[in-house]
Order: sequence, then C-alpha cells, then structure tokens
Amino acid sequence: MSHSTPLLAVRRELPPRQRRFVTLLSFLLPLLLWCAVSYVPGLWQPLVKITDPGSVSYFKPGMQIEKALFRQETAKAEAAGTALPAGEPANPVYLPAPHEVATALYTSFVTEPARRSEKWLHESLWESIQVIFWGFLLSSLFGVPLGILAGTFPFFSRLIEPFVEFFRYLPAPAFGALAVAILGIYHAPKIAIIFIGTFFQQVLIIANTTRKLDPSLLEAAQTLGAKNRALVFKVVVPGILPELYRDMRILLGWAWTYLIVAELIGTSSGITWFITQQARYKNFDNVFAAIIIIGIIGLASDLLLAALGKRLFPWDKQSKGDRA
Amino acid sequence: MTAAAGNKDYLQQSEAVRERFERLKQRPVTLEVRGLHKQFQGSEGPVTALRNINFKTHQREFVCVIGPSGCGKSTLIRILAGLESATEGQVLLDDKPVYGPGPDRGMVFQGYTLFPWLTVKKNVMFGLLQSGAPRARAESEALQWIDLVGLSRFADHYPHQLSGGMKQRVAIARALANQPRILLMDEPFGALDAQTRAKMQSYLMDIWQHIDITVLFITHDLDEAVYLADRILVLKAHPGEVQELIEVPVPQPRSPEQRLSPEFIATKQRLEELIHPPGSEEDNSDHLDMVRLVPLDSEVRSVL
Ligand SMILES: Nc1ncnc2c1ncn2[C@@H]1O[C@H](COP(=O)(O)OP(=O)(O)O)[C@@H](O)[C@H]1O
Ligand SMILES: [Mg+2]
Repeated sequence: MSHSTPLLAVRRELPPRQRRFVTLLSFLLPLLLWCAVSYVPGLWQPLVKITDPGSVSYFKPGMQIEKALFRQETAKAEAAGTALPAGEPANPVYLPAPHEVATALYTSFVTEPARRSEKWLHESLWESIQVIFWGFLLSSLFGVPLGILAGTFPFFSRLIEPFVEFFRYLPAPAFGALAVAILGIYHAPKIAIIFIGTFFQQVLIIANTTRKLDPSLLEAAQTLGAKNRALVFKVVVPGILPELYRDMRILLGWAWTYLIVAELIGTSSGITWFITQQARYKNFDNVFAAIIIIGIIGLASDLLLAALGKRLFPWDKQSKGDRA
Repeated sequence: MTAAAGNKDYLQQSEAVRERFERLKQRPVTLEVRGLHKQFQGSEGPVTALRNINFKTHQREFVCVIGPSGCGKSTLIRILAGLESATEGQVLLDDKPVYGPGPDRGMVFQGYTLFPWLTVKKNVMFGLLQSGAPRARAESEALQWIDLVGLSRFADHYPHQLSGGMKQRVAIARALANQPRILLMDEPFGALDAQTRAKMQSYLMDIWQHIDITVLFITHDLDEAVYLADRILVLKAHPGEVQELIEVPVPQPRSPEQRLSPEFIATKQRLEELIHPPGSEEDNSDHLDMVRLVPLDSEVRSVL
C-alpha cells in the first residue's frame, strides 16, 4: 500500500490526478461563485426589476430600481389605494448571468455590426492582435540585444540601465497624446504605447537574466580559447536562452495589459472599441464575453509557447517543472 | 597524535624511483611560477592569499597541490589559468610569460561546467572550433577524445543526462581536446562519492599514462594526492605559502593495491603531519559541555 502525500505539503508536487483536479477547481470556484450570485434568489439581488408599473407614473416595465425605493412607492400606492406596482428581485445589468454571457460568446461573433462602417468582433480582435504583435516585436528587436549587452558588459550596464530604470517609472499611457501628435491617430501610436510599456521593463529583466548566467561557464569557455565575440554568441546567448524565453512569455502578458489603454488612444479600435461600444449600449453580456475572449487568447498563447519551449530547449531542467 | 619526531620514511626512495626522478628533472620545464603573490581587497583591508610561491613542473609530470581549505589553492590555479591576475610574480609556460586565459592551459573545475545546451560531442568540439578547426575534423577528433574517456555511447547525450563522474570525464576530454601544454584540475573529484572518486582516479592515471600531458592537480584529499602525484606541493594557510615539496616514493605506474605499501603510508603520514600538525586541533570542550544538556536518563538503550 503506497501512502498518499497530504494535500498540503510544503513544496511537494501533487500526484497527477489531484493536480488536474485542483487546476480545474481554480477555474470552477470563481465560476461557482458567479453562478451562486446570479441564480440563488436573495443572495445578492439589490434591485427590483419592474414587471407592472401599477399607478407609479415613472415606473416602466423592465426598469431596475433600488429595493428601498420600490418599497416606498408600494407603501405610497397602498396608502392612496391605487394600483400596486409589481416587480421581481434582480441583479444590476452590469452583472449578467453566466448563461447570458455564454450565449453572448457565440452571438457576438455572428451579430452584424450596428453600422456598415463598423467592424465584426473577429475583425476587432484581429486588429488588437496585430497591435500587440507589432508593439512586442519592435520592443524585442531593441530590448533583447540591449538587455544582453547590459548584462554582459558592465560598460553597457552603466550606460543603459540608469536611464532605463528612470524611464520605466513613467506611465506609458502618459505618452498617449504625444504619440498621437507624432504618429497620427491610427495604429502607430497604439503600437508605440505597447512599445513604451514593454521595452524598458524588457531591457532590465533581460539584463538581469543575463547576469544570472553561471560565470563558471564563461570561465570554462575562456580556458577553451573563446574570446569576447564567441563568449557572447556561443556561451551567453545559448546559456540564457531558456530563461530569456520564459521572460518573453511574462513580458508578452504585460503587453496585453497595455492593450486596452493603447487602443483608447486616437480613434479607439480593436477589442477595446468593441467593449466600449457594447458598454454604451448596455450590452454587458457582450462586454463580459469580450473580456473572457481576451483571457482565453492570452492563456492559450502562453500554454502554446510553454509547450513549444519544452521542445526547443530539451536540456532545460527547469522547464520540466513548468505548469504547462 | 604523538608522532612528534616526524617520520622520515617518506624520504626513502628505491633505486628505480630515484632514477625516475633523475630522468624527470632532465625533462623540459613546462610551467614555471616565480615569486607569485596575491592580495585580495577584503572588506577588512587587504588579505594575502598567496605569498612567494615558486615551483616548476616538468613535461609529463603529475604534480598535486595540497593544503587546508582556504589556503589559496583555487586562487593559485586560477592565476595559472589566467582567470585571475597575480599581484606580483610571473607565470611562465615554456619559458614565455602568460597573460589571461588561453587554450594552452586546459582547466577542469570542481563544479560542473559543461555547457548544458550542448551534447557531449559538441561540448568536446567547442575548443576545437574556437581554434578554427573545420567542423568535420573537430567532430572526428572529439569522438576520439570521448572514446578515450570511455563515453562513446553517450556522445549525443546532454550533460543533465549524465552522472557526476561522467560529467567530469567529459570535462577532462573537453580540456584535453585542445591539446594543452598543461592540464589544470581544481579538486575535480571533490563533489563525487568515495567509490566514484576512486574510479575516476584510476581513469585519470590511465589517461595520463597514454598521452603526453603535464598535470597540475589540486586536492585536499591526502590519499588522492599520494596516489596520483609524482610530486606534491604542500601549501599552508594564512598566508598561502609553500611548506614542502614532496617526491612521492611510490613507483609508477600506480595501481590501487599500492595504497597499502609502506612508502604510500609513510608519505600519507608525512602529509598528515604537515596539514594537521599536533596541537592544531580546535579545543572541543565547549561543544562537549553542550552535549551534556541532552537528557541522560532517556529511554533509549544501547543495542550492544
Ligand atoms: N575574490 C576574492 N576576494 C576576496 N578574497 C578572496 C577571493 N577569492 C578568494 N579569496 C580568499 O583567498 C583565500 C584563498 O581562497 P581559495 O583560493 O579559494 O582557497 P582554497 O581553494 O585553498 O580553499 C581565502 O581566504 C578566500 O577567502
Ligand atoms: Mg578551492
């Protein structure tokens, strides 16, 4: 009889079945909470949805009002002997029920946009993905080499890092107006915001990762005859590659968080345009659907990259313990 | 320890051994260290790690450097490898002063320093490619070196798939592939268990007998030093200085059975005296006082 590991053991990995179950639970618990709030009568439901206005002149069917106000008006009507208003307890419109959002996940893709000039949801999403892609690519094109240089040569570390350290505290959205003035109102300023939000963190994080490379590998390479150039390209770069790849995954996640701000700049576009538009029409089920889609795209791309990483770096010990 | 007089048996050399040392000293000098000093800037002022170190190694000689922990063994070998610069003094390789690291001095470190992203074969090819060898030649030479350390079956494995002893064998092959003038080894077997270590010592002896290489080997294991070395350079600590240069009277080639021979034991005893002189043991009585705090009337009975 093998004895099972307790559920709460310090730094002990769970057996596979429990691991999958707990992972499922991590999504299930918030969903259960949402269901409870939406479907259990009286659990929250701070509002009353009018079904029959009765004698109250400003009540309209479908209207949502505070419970206290409803009771007050009912009491008034009772005292006056006029027709009583009727209604049922309801949650605010900004918290749609899970089944409404689930439906919206489908319908938002197949619903034609309100105006001919407007975009379908998948077109908006595609726009967002392009903004992220170009912003992150441009940032990496400069950020990765600069980070590696700074982590390898103290000269570049002194030259680059103090300013970058200063600049990273400046909030990227603050450059919105400037970016529009310089780059116009279409995609360019949005890409610039993603760039600003990612680049400075990227340089510092990659410089740090580079510095963490085991110095004895560099010494070993030197005793084997490697000089500066070979040390950088044959030791530093391959040596940090798995760690660099992990950094990039985290940074890509950060780039997504800058997306919403970036897309509000100039003419709002992409998924953000869809969300603000739907919020204006009070279609909060669509808003939730769009937010969930962003989450799914983010998580799925990260899982994909993690799986790819395992293939790319078979020697990397750490990736075996990775979540994916 | 009561051998206060100090034994002199280790100075007794058989005729064959004496002749061997004569011949050895006729050979050209590969490495010469002259008046080497090393000072570190510590937080509490300068620390002298090495003081006035002088010695020579001859071609195909096996020299061990032994000394207590912290006496500057690693500092010495790092200066020889060019990874650290001396405060004073000179290191000559074939009579020419050396500055900085280079492939003419191969190094095997105590920690594992194989490149984890390269297979065994590519690790061994690294130095050859650096020196400009064409890929095909580098590959065939690398395979020969891997064969020499008995790891042909593992040529396409990554370092993380190897045991500690195998990793160090690859590290030796990688250093030798450059055909250095001298092989520098800093406690290369220090992290291995006793059995693996004994095996590795035999391997190293075997390799050394088959190729033309001078070895400078650092250890703090007395047994290892006597088993491997032609001569042993004994350092003492604070500051690191040469205490004695011992010619090991055990005949070559070595075999594990010689560990029981009188000359082996005598040499080991001498090292013992030099490195742990009588009276140098720390006073332990304080710690023994502590032991008495453990309850004596415990329920545990002795099994005997
Ligand atoms: N980079 C350094 N800076 C300051 N002191 C050092 C440095 N490297 C070694 N030392 C000191 O030099 C002495 C010798 O160290 P080391 O050569 O590593 O000894 P060993 O290898 O014999 O154990 C030690 O006292 C150590 O603290
Ligand atoms: Mg050491």
